[in-house]
Amino acid sequence: MLPTPCTSHVSFDTIYEPSEDSYLFLDTLSSESESTWLSNRFNSTPTTAPANNTQSTSTSPLVVEVGTGSGVVLGFVAANSQLIFGRRDILALGTDVNRNACLATRETAVKAVREQQTPASESVPTAKTPYIASIMSDLCTPLRPGSVDVLLFNPPYVPSEEAPRLPTVTEQEDKKDLSRSAKFEQDSYFLSLTYAGGVDGMETTDRLLEAIPGILDPVRGVAYVLLCKQNRPEEVKDRIRGWGNGWKAETVGNSGKQAGWEKLVIVRVWRSE
Amino acid sequence: MKVVTSNFITCAVKDCKSFPLHFRDAKLELQELDFQAEFIQNIIPRLDWDKLQITANELGFSNISDTKPNDDALNNEQILRDLHKLLLEVQIMEGKLICGDCGHEYMIKEGIANFLLPSHLGL
Repeated sequence: MLPTPCTSHVSFDTIYEPSEDSYLFLDTLSSESESTWLSNRFNSTPTTAPANNTQSTSTSPLVVEVGTGSGVVLGFVAANSQLIFGRRDILALGTDVNRNACLATRETAVKAVREQQTPASESVPTAKTPYIASIMSDLCTPLRPGSVDVLLFNPPYVPSEEAPRLPTVTEQEDKKDLSRSAKFEQDSYFLSLTYAGGVDGMETTDRLLEAIPGILDPVRGVAYVLLCKQNRPEEVKDRIRGWGNGWKAETVGNSGKQAGWEKLVIVRVWRSE
Repeated sequence: MKVVTSNFITCAVKDCKSFPLHFRDAKLELQELDFQAEFIQNIIPRLDWDKLQITANELGFSNISDTKPNDDALNNEQILRDLHKLLLEVQIMEGKLICGDCGHEYMIKEGIANFLLPSHLGL
């Protein structure tokens, strides 16, 4: 089994602690079937693509995780890029609405890469997978359309009366001395952002799905989205297939069968002709 | 935040999405990374070179070539090493990113750019 990135530096006061859903992501992406599929799609060997093909299959994939939390998933993907994508030259970028999560993810990813990507031998230096940035944002709103090759999303999927509001631009900039109760309230709010998904647990996921066709690379882009049973994964997949233009959605990982139902699934969303 | 990031981010305001954003008052830090020619050779083709030039000039790296390296230049180790440094080793730690169209300013602190929006511009 591949090592799970160390998150001992992360304070779980406002950040989601790696749990069953996070580990399902690690297991699914590093499974033989999924890593074979991804390595074929992002083959680093130049192909005989026509010269005017600006996006040849050999360019470095941009791998983005939305809502990184502790960074355990993106850190794992970056550290194991050779196994998962068949290449180390991926560009890893994470987004989160929580500043602490952005800082934590950068540290998790850089540490995981440093610990796991050791040179093959002293004489052959091999570069390490670069973690290019953590940015604070609502989903992937500041990302350039069509630029994302691999999008990972472990959403707030728990059904709740309403989805929590988004943090405003300024509220995390000034660290004030909070009373015990005010800090508790603030921490609870940030934690609720990590799990509370509003109606059917789908309010945030629906917004991300809507952004997928615009944000993914039109040729080789692929997204992985985790859903729980209450999100009605079969209906979600049918909806994606209904986008037309060759959009596909398949379950590629699952865990925790309960009475014949899969509690959590990971759905791969991609286009093929 | 590494300089290469600037090639993948736009204004977060839905009806704007201007690209590239412009650095102001940027404080830079150099973090060394192992160099491998193939890495840079595989990154160059996917960059919007005109936009990278704008960014590089704003950050004070004015010796970047006018055209995207191809053929011979893609095998020139000095060119690749310079780009490795600019794209992957230089980090923007503090400063602002400013949209040239709508004027919105995004703060960068501790290397983290903040693209959250005031509520009237969000969703």
